[in-house]
Amino acid sequence: MFVTILDVLIAGLLLGGLYALIAMGLSLQYGVAKVMNVSHGEFIMLGGLTTWSLYTVFGINPLIGIIVCGPIAFLLGYGLHRTLYKKIGLSSETTGIFESNSMLASFGLIFIIQNIAFKLWGPEYRGYSYLAFPVDIGGALFGANRLVTLGFSVAIGIAFYIFLARTRMGKAIRAAASDSPTAGLMGVNINQVLAICFGFGAAMAGIAGVLISVSYPVNAAMGLEYTIIAIIVVALGGLGSIPGSFIGGFILGVIGSIVTYFEPGLALAAYYVIFVVLLLVRPKGIMGK
Amino acid sequence: MDISGINTKKFITPGIIVLVLALLFALPLYVNLYTVVLITSILMYVVLTVSWTIFSGSTGYLSLAPAAFFGIGIYTSAILGGQMPIIIVVILGGLISFCVAALVGSLTLRLKGIYFAMFTLGLVELIKHSLLWYEIKFTGTRGRFVILIDNETIYLIMLGIFVVLLITAYLIKRSKYGLALQSIGEQEEAAAHSGVNVTLLKVVTFGISAFFMGAAGAIMATRWTYIDPMIAFNVFFSFMPVLMAIFGGMGQLYGPILGATAFAYLEELLLTKFPYYYMLIFGIIMVVAILYLPQGISGLIQKLWRRMPGGKSANT
Repeated sequence: MFVTILDVLIAGLLLGGLYALIAMGLSLQYGVAKVMNVSHGEFIMLGGLTTWSLYTVFGINPLIGIIVCGPIAFLLGYGLHRTLYKKIGLSSETTGIFESNSMLASFGLIFIIQNIAFKLWGPEYRGYSYLAFPVDIGGALFGANRLVTLGFSVAIGIAFYIFLARTRMGKAIRAAASDSPTAGLMGVNINQVLAICFGFGAAMAGIAGVLISVSYPVNAAMGLEYTIIAIIVVALGGLGSIPGSFIGGFILGVIGSIVTYFEPGLALAAYYVIFVVLLLVRPKGIMGK
Repeated sequence: MDISGINTKKFITPGIIVLVLALLFALPLYVNLYTVVLITSILMYVVLTVSWTIFSGSTGYLSLAPAAFFGIGIYTSAILGGQMPIIIVVILGGLISFCVAALVGSLTLRLKGIYFAMFTLGLVELIKHSLLWYEIKFTGTRGRFVILIDNETIYLIMLGIFVVLLITAYLIKRSKYGLALQSIGEQEEAAAHSGVNVTLLKVVTFGISAFFMGAAGAIMATRWTYIDPMIAFNVFFSFMPVLMAIFGGMGQLYGPILGATAFAYLEELLLTKFPYYYMLIFGIIMVVAILYLPQGISGLIQKLWRRMPGGKSANT
């Protein structure tokens, strides 16, 4: 009995680490840059499939894939914000209009990115075996690859938090998050900061994709599901709150793991129930202001 | 304001509409089956888009729930089809959607902005995954077969839904309720203070728009022999009406009709000409439309009209 509980809990934490990383990226994009980027999951998919190609074609270690995919995803996100979202921002009269238009534009991006990926990798599930030996934790067995995933998620989360709290750039990001026009008046180069935030969000998605591909098979159509999970976690943690997303990811992971234990088909439905109830009862989320 | 312009407009516009509708009703008599099927799909998108615009276009609440109501219609038809006349199935599909929308709406329409959009998107996924789980667990199958109906009947019923929708949309737009919805979109609190029963109006309008989506789903289901939750509750059907409405422009009633017709035809064209790149091209058009046509085609037409000499009367 105790082993089962531990089993379910640890599985939840392993899953939660991934969710936290994905959600932090979206939280950065929505909370600071105000773009509800529904194509977030597509960056995850790109990260995963690129790593698969690097590993199976060139024999490059997936963990080195992080160093490749992270910066590339950052540049993609940065470029997208500098061109597409900045232009939408200039033509939108209010924040509300910007939020809906940028969300719809990112829906268009889903089609574009997903179909390019279908051209490049085809619709098949791509998986590979890396660090797939079991590790014993208190009597429960877990794949080493999933522990590596958790370790990286937590490390990136903490590193990013320190970056936000301690550096000059982090301060500019926090200022832009709370009130971007005023931050602009105080001498923050606001377009630059928003684009960097968007880039960081994309980089986190790309890295999450690398980590997902280490433990699970990936394919070109996987994006939207992760996007929706990210949206739920972000809403759970409080829109725009990075620590909230981090904690929310682990909460959702544990809940998902418990539900999967009893009824495997209902995990996603359970997420939505939580999401719906949350929006009705406390739309601000657990850490929202 | 040019009085003669308005008078001619008063007689010419309804005349043209009646003529076009009469031609559409007689259509199966003089064109081949392919055209009938194509126009049915176009009408389906027009119905989804116009009914989306009734609620979201005026109030500014970005609803991503069309797929949910469309899917409810599809499942109504899959379960009840063959047991009763198709007209009754279609009306039932609409009514069930109306009830679900009224229930969901009364719970959630106090959510603002992006929260409402996210909630409605979540609703589609919630219904989809719960239904999938239910089907696999209790009925033992993933999908269902739908009783087929001949294409001309489908076409005529879809056209009927379209006509009723058009009349409803026109009446709402012309009535004080249309103005009230508009005022909710501009400034909800001010609307409430001016004596508009904001909650009731939002819930009922949300329900009416869901009614037509459900009815459209119920009739379209008979064209697809096989359905499962993934097909019926595809989020694609949530985003298409939004995109089509933006593409057409929401200021005028003809905007969404124009947008949906253009897009649905484009879809067909791309699907036959470039089956492998069609979604990709679609995404590009979507991004470009949002970037360069924020007021849609109807906004563009009005802008050009105003620039033309003597075209000022359109600016009313």
